Amino acid sequence: MPYLGDEHTVRELRRALSNPNVQADHLRYRNTIHRVIRVMSQGQDVSGLYSEMVKACATVDIVQKKLVYVFLCSYASLNPELSLLVINTLRKDCSDHNPMVRSLALRNMCNLRLPGLSQYVQQPLTVGLKDKAACVRRVAVLGWAKIHTLQPNTEIDVAVVNELYGLLRDPDPVVMVNCLRALEEILQEEGGVAINKPIAHHLLNRLKLCDVWGQSEVLAVLQRYRPRGEDELFDILSLLDPALLSHHAPVMAATLRLFLSLCSTLPAVCMSALERARGPLLAAAGSTSRELRYAALCHIQLLLRSEPGLMGEHYKRFFCGYAEPPYIKQNKMQVLVELVNDDNVAMVLDELRGYCTDVNTETSQTAINAIGSIGRSYTDRCLAILTGLLGLKQEHITSAVLQTLRDLVWVCPQCGDAVCSALEGWEDNLQDSQGRGALLWLLGVYGDRVTGAPYLLEDCIDGVRSEVSAEVKTELLTATLRLFLSRPAETQDMMGRLLVYCIEEEVDMCVRDQALLYYRLLHCGIEEVRQVLQGGRRSDPSLGPLIGRPPEPISQWASSFNTLEPLTLGASTVGNSDHATPKPSTLTPNTLTSNAEAMTPTPGDPHLPDCSSGALSLSVSPALTPEEFERLWLQLEKGACLEVCVACPVPRCSPEGLQVALQLVNIQTLAFTPPNTHPWRVYLYTHTSHISTKTPHTLILAELLHTGGEGEKEEEEEGEEEEEGEGEEEGEKEGEKEGEEEGEKEGEGEKEGEGDKEGVEEGDGEREKEKGLLVVMRQHPGDQTALRGFLSVLTTVLHTLSTHTA
Amino acid sequence: MISQVFILSSKGDHLIYKDFRGEAGKDAVNKFYEMVTALTGGQPPVVMKHKELHFVHIRQGGLYWVATTKADASPFTIIEFLNRLTALVKDYCGCLLEKSVQMNFALIYELLDEVVDFGYIQTTSTDILKNFIQTEAVSSKPFSLFDLSNVGLFGADTQQNKVAPSAAATRPIVSSQGEQGSKNEIFVDVIERMSVVIGANGVLMKADIEGEIRVKCYMPSCSEMRIGLNEEFSIGKSQLSGYGAAVRVDECSFHQAVRLDEFDTYRILKVCPSQGEQTVMQYQLCDDLPTAPPFRLFPSIERDSGGRLLMYLKLRCDLPPKSAAINVSITIPVPKGSLRLSQELSSPDQSAELQPKNKAVHWEIPRFPGGAQLSALFKLEVSGLSAASLQEVGPVSLSFELPKYTCTGLQIRFLRLSPIQPGPSQRWVRYVTHSDSYTIRI
Repeated sequence: MPYLGDEHTVRELRRALSNPNVQADHLRYRNTIHRVIRVMSQGQDVSGLYSEMVKACATVDIVQKKLVYVFLCSYASLNPELSLLVINTLRKDCSDHNPMVRSLALRNMCNLRLPGLSQYVQQPLTVGLKDKAACVRRVAVLGWAKIHTLQPNTEIDVAVVNELYGLLRDPDPVVMVNCLRALEEILQEEGGVAINKPIAHHLLNRLKLCDVWGQSEVLAVLQRYRPRGEDELFDILSLLDPALLSHHAPVMAATLRLFLSLCSTLPAVCMSALERARGPLLAAAGSTSRELRYAALCHIQLLLRSEPGLMGEHYKRFFCGYAEPPYIKQNKMQVLVELVNDDNVAMVLDELRGYCTDVNTETSQTAINAIGSIGRSYTDRCLAILTGLLGLKQEHITSAVLQTLRDLVWVCPQCGDAVCSALEGWEDNLQDSQGRGALLWLLGVYGDRVTGAPYLLEDCIDGVRSEVSAEVKTELLTATLRLFLSRPAETQDMMGRLLVYCIEEEVDMCVRDQALLYYRLLHCGIEEVRQVLQGGRRSDPSLGPLIGRPPEPISQWASSFNTLEPLTLGASTVGNSDHATPKPSTLTPNTLTSNAEAMTPTPGDPHLPDCSSGALSLSVSPALTPEEFERLWLQLEKGACLEVCVACPVPRCSPEGLQVALQLVNIQTLAFTPPNTHPWRVYLYTHTSHISTKTPHTLILAELLHTGGEGEKEEEEEGEEEEEGEGEEEGEKEGEKEGEEEGEKEGEGEKEGEGDKEGVEEGDGEREKEKGLLVVMRQHPGDQTALRGFLSVLTTVLHTLSTHTA
Repeated sequence: MISQVFILSSKGDHLIYKDFRGEAGKDAVNKFYEMVTALTGGQPPVVMKHKELHFVHIRQGGLYWVATTKADASPFTIIEFLNRLTALVKDYCGCLLEKSVQMNFALIYELLDEVVDFGYIQTTSTDILKNFIQTEAVSSKPFSLFDLSNVGLFGADTQQNKVAPSAAATRPIVSSQGEQGSKNEIFVDVIERMSVVIGANGVLMKADIEGEIRVKCYMPSCSEMRIGLNEEFSIGKSQLSGYGAAVRVDECSFHQAVRLDEFDTYRILKVCPSQGEQTVMQYQLCDDLPTAPPFRLFPSIERDSGGRLLMYLKLRCDLPPKSAAINVSITIPVPKGSLRLSQELSSPDQSAELQPKNKAVHWEIPRFPGGAQLSALFKLEVSGLSAASLQEVGPVSLSFELPKYTCTGLQIRFLRLSPIQPGPSQRWVRYVTHSDSYTIRI
């Protein structure tokens, strides 16, 4: 921060520094230098005093020397010429009889960070490596690393590298660890220091001599060592075992990481290591330092991904302290959700309920969401709490409860009745748009069971002019249309008004398009509307077990253990605490994602990204014109491009029906060939964005291609094979060039989710065998996760359409 | 490896800035302050990222202690290092305040220079460092023996820092101008933190105690110290003593310098304390308190006919009559829209106030003797009070301090120094229990 009177201070200090009287009195001299450093650390620029400070460097007073070095090292890069003058003094100090002076000089000579000086530094450094004082050797060893970083291109003498390897056997443990560090930097291009068996064993044996910092460093380096056989491996493990219980969190974490990497092929050993480390981790999670607590909690969340039962009996450790900052409370609640079982559910819910009315709104929302997640397995208790909270009539609580109820109803349709009775007689006017969206969704879906639903909707429709959120408006449109299906007499009039307003006056493109879409859809007849809006199951009961994520293999997160990643991850999920819940919006593009998830990924398949953690949202705005589409399509031909064969028949419905259906999940259809032509093509586009992360929006262009002209003639012959395994066959046939992964995914997904359904259909004698569709996707900018998310939404829609029309 | 270390005051003033690797510019400091002040309350601030640079910071003594790193370093190491750095600064400068850091910047630069080289932690042991550190600490207040009359606790972080740390233990460990006699002091503190949850029906739902024995040593040379714990001290659930007087803990860990050869038979810890503060032993006890929890609350909450909320709270202190709790502060969350509070407290030294911003009533009791029972009647005017509003009352949380008392019953039988120190030496043993979190549901 620049202060006023900069120049004045510098001038005054310069006068004082060059005053011979001050120089004569070493206490006064030291005090003046003191003042210079003080001014410097306050952020003022005092580089003008460099030459005066160089003079002050030649002194016997060590305190003064240290102060001057602090100054010189900060400003050396601005005065490379003047720094040459210091070198002489420093070199002289390097042969001082006091080891402290020697190490000081050597350290600061390298800290000047002037590449031009390295020729003067090398000789003292070489001498320093052989110094009899350990503190000088420590400095000299790191000095070589500093020189290397300054001039990364110059080769460091092989003799030096050998000497450094030799110094690994130095009696001083800090010298040993410094050697490792220096070699890691110098040999970075060769993959760091070479750890062979003698070195590894030497390091392991000397581990106890190091302090905690050295230990964690050595343990990190040892990760690269691969023991020769099981015997050696288990010797190492038993040697390291006590360190797992270390009450120094850094050592414990480094040891656990080493265990996980050494035993990556022995899951049982990994599990028992996790169990051993549980105590120290829990202790760290209850440490006095709240930063350490947070770090430990984030890592515990990692562990729970593989071993949900690990902390089960210690759930009380995750009860929140009242003085804890909100981010720790929120983390603890997320952990608690994972630990719920029959025995403790009452206690956990009791604990969580206390935080629903927390003064911090984020904490209260997290608590409500947590209760919602527990509600998937303990529905009744949680519903009682949630509906009770509605009675408080507080804006943010009500809004969070509604959103939670919406998510819960989607997974557990059996709690619809309780939700309906909670909505009965609703009269609140919510300000929060997300909450209002949730309310509208619930009214649309359960409109037939809530007496007052039309009146509530009517209020919203009357106030639609003052509505600012486009999301709420689209939600309102869908809810009204749904209600129209179940209670046409009461709704018809207001639906008309709403459609007129949205089509004629609305400025938001999305809302207008959707209104137009519904308008046209209504023209197609009521059955068509019903099929699109209520088509199929409201939710899939088989989703239940899938939404409780299956335990991941440890290898999934082992590489991020004891790195900063879990902590930054925590930061992004806490803000959006319902990350585990895919949020159904209007016609639930995201629930379709989750629906798709039920079909495509197989549990435990390590290749697939966890779709639910980064719920994807699609949108059709900004709109693309056909010309732009064409231009981009050609332009992206060389770029991000993915061709996937989807094992899915051509939808039998009219092209308009397809367009409508895709638009409901925010995929815009731009052009299509008439049905029953070959090849049959559809061009689509959408914009994707992740809800929870800040991944930039991407644009996906896609082409659906069905070249089954000949296929249809041949398919009678192929029919038998296809019955055996449609997906796999496609995988073999077309998937090979796209990469087996996709083929596998489709194939297995087919078996998992759709298998029974398809089977029934085929068994019905539905002989209309189809060749798969080829989906060509181009994306800008590239984002594989988004692409897959898009693909799964698309396949879901296609599947749904084909099953309904078939 | 650490790229930079800097210390900022809460207002963003630069106090200390040290660049170890020259990888990142000095503007990182301002960038950090921008980011940290832009955080909202709920966001976890521990790790932040700007371009390639990670900021890891802790808050201690109202200051930001920040380390930056470019490599993907271990968060535990960096956080522990920063914690250790604050402890070192506290040891050397006496206390952790903006003022003391400002006055001793030269000393802190010197420390940083010795502790970290090229971003690698070299040593943080006071024993080694004292050979290298030449600058003398500047204390803001001259030390006086008279301050010992109110010996409190040195290291313990009280929740609101209500207990001023006594001057005795907040002076720098190395000082030449100290009075005679004051140099040969040693403090042994038994500090316990309890976190308790009591259910609405008065049942103890959770009771954890985390305790530690901390030694702060001012003696320049102390060869060996023997700390004798209760003889009936037992670890783990298996060793149940038949006489009920046992002092039991679940888990126990020791500093690596502690020698335990006499621990199994005589419960004696042998340690050669280095100058400065260190934790010799840590222990935990879960869910099985030897005595009743120190406070019980008997609430009755109702709406009166005038639309007011009546809270009649009876608080009983179940400590032995000789002990007392001090600085008891009770927080009662109240419904949103509480406007006014009228109160009837049982003695004049208590106070209570409504804090509408936190939706809570704070009731303060400076001293609460064991066995006593206090009561308070709060009448709240709440706008829009409904039956559901009663749900918003509670859970009540207490913060307090129990001096001269340990919940586990751990005692130090004796403290012997050998060989006998020349000159007068003073040994202090102090006990305290803090409430980490004491929650009573309603």
